[in-house]
Amino acid sequence: MAGRYFGQPIRRNEDPVLLTGQALFTDDVQLPGMVHVAFLRSDYAHARIRSIDVSRALDRPGVIGVYTAEDLGDYWQPGPLLVPPPPVEGIIFHQRTQVPLAKGKVRHVGEPVVMVVAESRYIAEDALDDIFVDYEPLEAVVDVEKALEPDAPLVHEDLGTNLAARVVQRKGDYEAARAKADVIIQRRFYYDHGLAAAMENRGIVAHWDKKMQYLTVWDTTQAPVVIRNGLAKMLGLSESQVRVIAPFIGGAFGPKIMMFYPEEVLIPWLSMKLNRPVKWIEDRRENFVATTQERYQVHYAEIALTKEGRILGVKDRFYHDTGAYDPYGLTVPINSQCTLLGPYDIPNYHSEMNVVFTNKTIVTPYRGAGRQHGVFVMERLLDLAAKELGIDRTEIRRRNFIPPDKFPYNNEIIYQDFAPLVYDSGNYEPALDLAMKLIDYEKFIKEEQPRLRAEGKHVGLGIVAYVEGTGIGPYEGARVQVESTGKVNVATGVGTQGQSHFTSFAQIVAEQLDVDVRNIRIVTGDTAEFHWGTGTFASRGAVVAGNAIHAAAKKVREKVLQKASEEFGVPVEELELRGGYVHTKDGRSISLADLAVKANPLRGAVKPGTEPGLEATMYFGPERGVTANGVHAMIVEVDPELMDVKIKKYVVVHDCGKVINPLVVEGQIHGGVAQGIGNSFYEEIVYNEDGQMLTASFMDYLIPTAMEIPPIEVGHVETPSPWNELGTKGTGEAGAIPTAAAFVQAVEDALADYGIEILEAPLSPNRLFEILKEAQAKKGT
Amino acid sequence: MTDLHTIRVTVNGTTYERTVEARMLLSDFIRHELGLTGTHVGCEHGVCGACTVLFDGQPVRSCLMFAVQADGHEIMTVEGLAPEGEMHPLQEAFHEAHALQCGFCTPGFLMTLKPFVETHPNPTEEEIRKAISGNLCRCTGYQHIIEAVKLAIKKIHHTDA
Repeated sequence: MAGRYFGQPIRRNEDPVLLTGQALFTDDVQLPGMVHVAFLRSDYAHARIRSIDVSRALDRPGVIGVYTAEDLGDYWQPGPLLVPPPPVEGIIFHQRTQVPLAKGKVRHVGEPVVMVVAESRYIAEDALDDIFVDYEPLEAVVDVEKALEPDAPLVHEDLGTNLAARVVQRKGDYEAARAKADVIIQRRFYYDHGLAAAMENRGIVAHWDKKMQYLTVWDTTQAPVVIRNGLAKMLGLSESQVRVIAPFIGGAFGPKIMMFYPEEVLIPWLSMKLNRPVKWIEDRRENFVATTQERYQVHYAEIALTKEGRILGVKDRFYHDTGAYDPYGLTVPINSQCTLLGPYDIPNYHSEMNVVFTNKTIVTPYRGAGRQHGVFVMERLLDLAAKELGIDRTEIRRRNFIPPDKFPYNNEIIYQDFAPLVYDSGNYEPALDLAMKLIDYEKFIKEEQPRLRAEGKHVGLGIVAYVEGTGIGPYEGARVQVESTGKVNVATGVGTQGQSHFTSFAQIVAEQLDVDVRNIRIVTGDTAEFHWGTGTFASRGAVVAGNAIHAAAKKVREKVLQKASEEFGVPVEELELRGGYVHTKDGRSISLADLAVKANPLRGAVKPGTEPGLEATMYFGPERGVTANGVHAMIVEVDPELMDVKIKKYVVVHDCGKVINPLVVEGQIHGGVAQGIGNSFYEEIVYNEDGQMLTASFMDYLIPTAMEIPPIEVGHVETPSPWNELGTKGTGEAGAIPTAAAFVQAVEDALADYGIEILEAPLSPNRLFEILKEAQAKKGT
Repeated sequence: MTDLHTIRVTVNGTTYERTVEARMLLSDFIRHELGLTGTHVGCEHGVCGACTVLFDGQPVRSCLMFAVQADGHEIMTVEGLAPEGEMHPLQEAFHEAHALQCGFCTPGFLMTLKPFVETHPNPTEEEIRKAISGNLCRCTGYQHIIEAVKLAIKKIHHTDA
């Protein structure tokens, strides 16, 4: 339904304040009498705390208070479990959630141990050096497979095991399918996913106003409503006494939703205790060790096929590193388990997930949220199968795509939203065709590659397909109001971290009310404006909040027309809403502004059974998510001396249903691909055997710059979701999900002469060199 | 730590006199002493470029300098790029090309680019990429930023980059 506003590449409402330095980010909040917090964090991955001496810190001028776990009294509680385990039969799940300050033992480097509050951040950090913690170092749990050996040290001794969870999901009968297979391919895969590294670190400012009995919190969270409700409960306040504002946020990508971080629990408490505004801003070093991240998985996977390349079944046993605690439940590994199936019609599936505690920073979703692990395994299996069977890699994918007439397609396993994994809609072949066309597949493999190879160049192509489950429930809501100026105010509960909500949400409203997008003010992430909702995650904003806004805007449109109908004595059907006015056929008109004033009279009566104003609040609660899909393709050139890889061309064909703003979708895809490229070759979190992160700075953890990211060509296929009125599907994570799978295929193709097999990501020049050496050594023997 | 110094710094055309600790970072001075919070701090170790300001016309990372080093010098921050209510052609170009998403890194890019676009009427794409290679953006994948630079140069020099 591309309309006058919906579907148009409209420039963003939020840009002017951001471009002129006027936008409010959390660290920009400055309040009279504000004090500053710094945290002493564990230097050890695993150690017992024998004692803590804070006396010297307390003596330092400017220090206001120093707090250990003991000082928190009853307020010290392990955090809530955000996502309970899914309803799968026979599941094992052990809940161990993070604590505000470590008590008795530290379980990862970066875990907060002591909180210092002082008149300035400089003094607070000085005081950290005054504190002496007497640690007894313990052997660290680092490797997920060794962690399950009987004599492994334990992250949580009381559990008696490092196994956090085991979930087996089945579809059909894999063993029976395997018996009929012509070809079986088995491999061990390793996928390491990195850090979100949003440009803005986390931060919290809390202001307890004792006279007003009101707590205001500015928080870099993706889920302000959930934080408000949780804080009210923890602090013994009414929800109406707590306002959480998620102002402009400098990128989030998942980790800013790990409610509750220890700092989120402590800073508001401290403000109430001191009766002063309190600020804590994370620094980059803290971000590396204290903000949640993703982590590696090891998969032992096999695929059974016919000789024609038809998939009979897939079996997978995998180990997922969840870090020291598991507050986010099983969201990440369930995404891996489910997304592995991809766009393929796979009749039999057996997947065993093992989630393992280690002495590392907590793992929660980061853009892709485990999906790329699954996609990597499946796409590599297909690449290997294609090679084994002598079938073109695009052809083997094409033969296994779920055909368009099989939707809705039931995968018969449970997804992260606890609903059965059912794909709403999809049309996969056109996406593959378009990607092949844009990358010029046939020409490359038949002409270009042979020609360049003859010149001694190592060029290769990668092409992979994927799906992305998006737009999951439970719900979001929105309130739309035409104000007495004729401008429109919209409030929704989700937070915003760069997704262009101030524009795309306005476009949805404009389509109904025909008001200039610039005259529609969107408020996101302020619980004083809207206090129902869950948050911005899982590529759900445009689907769930979008459809709630659409529903509210439609309701307001009805009210506008109804009011005008009463004013003119003309039936609604004979009225037209256009350009901020309601018009009658006989040439009369009234502005939205005047109607808004009339709907909110100062004298007289509002009709019984009606509400004042031109306002509506609506909710959208989808039964289950909607599934976007796409194909990525790239051409690389590898320098076999330096092992540098240059991406010469990158193509994305993407289907996210109806597009609200193509400019915004393109931006999301570009950014996602950039993160995916980082995760393919540049970014890697390295832990040593003591559980120390060796890459805790931007000098060691390499975020791609403009020198590494190639131009990205984007093609669209549009298969609207039948499960929501706007027909939208999410798009936030799509760019990042299949990148490493495509990259590895392309590099392997480029180095075909060397006969290597790459079963891991990310790569690096060093790692690639090792893989080549290993292959050469094998050849030699 | 009371090694205090009185400094005079001109920021966006206004001269400020303040007494600061020797160790106060220039970025903290600009943000918290002067309240010019458009300059953002992303890494505090000189890699991300978010805190870039113009120091006597040259882009520098304000997290790698002390406020006392700015004594007697001129600084321009993002707030000084254009008079209030107006936008510099570079800002306009960023808006038109959708070159920002969360906007956190944007002021750093703008300050890095201001001298570049003003002195490069015909840069190659490679030169543009090099010019911004010291600034990290985690949202855009840089493509729209590069388009914005070309657009800004067109606006300023009436040429095609």
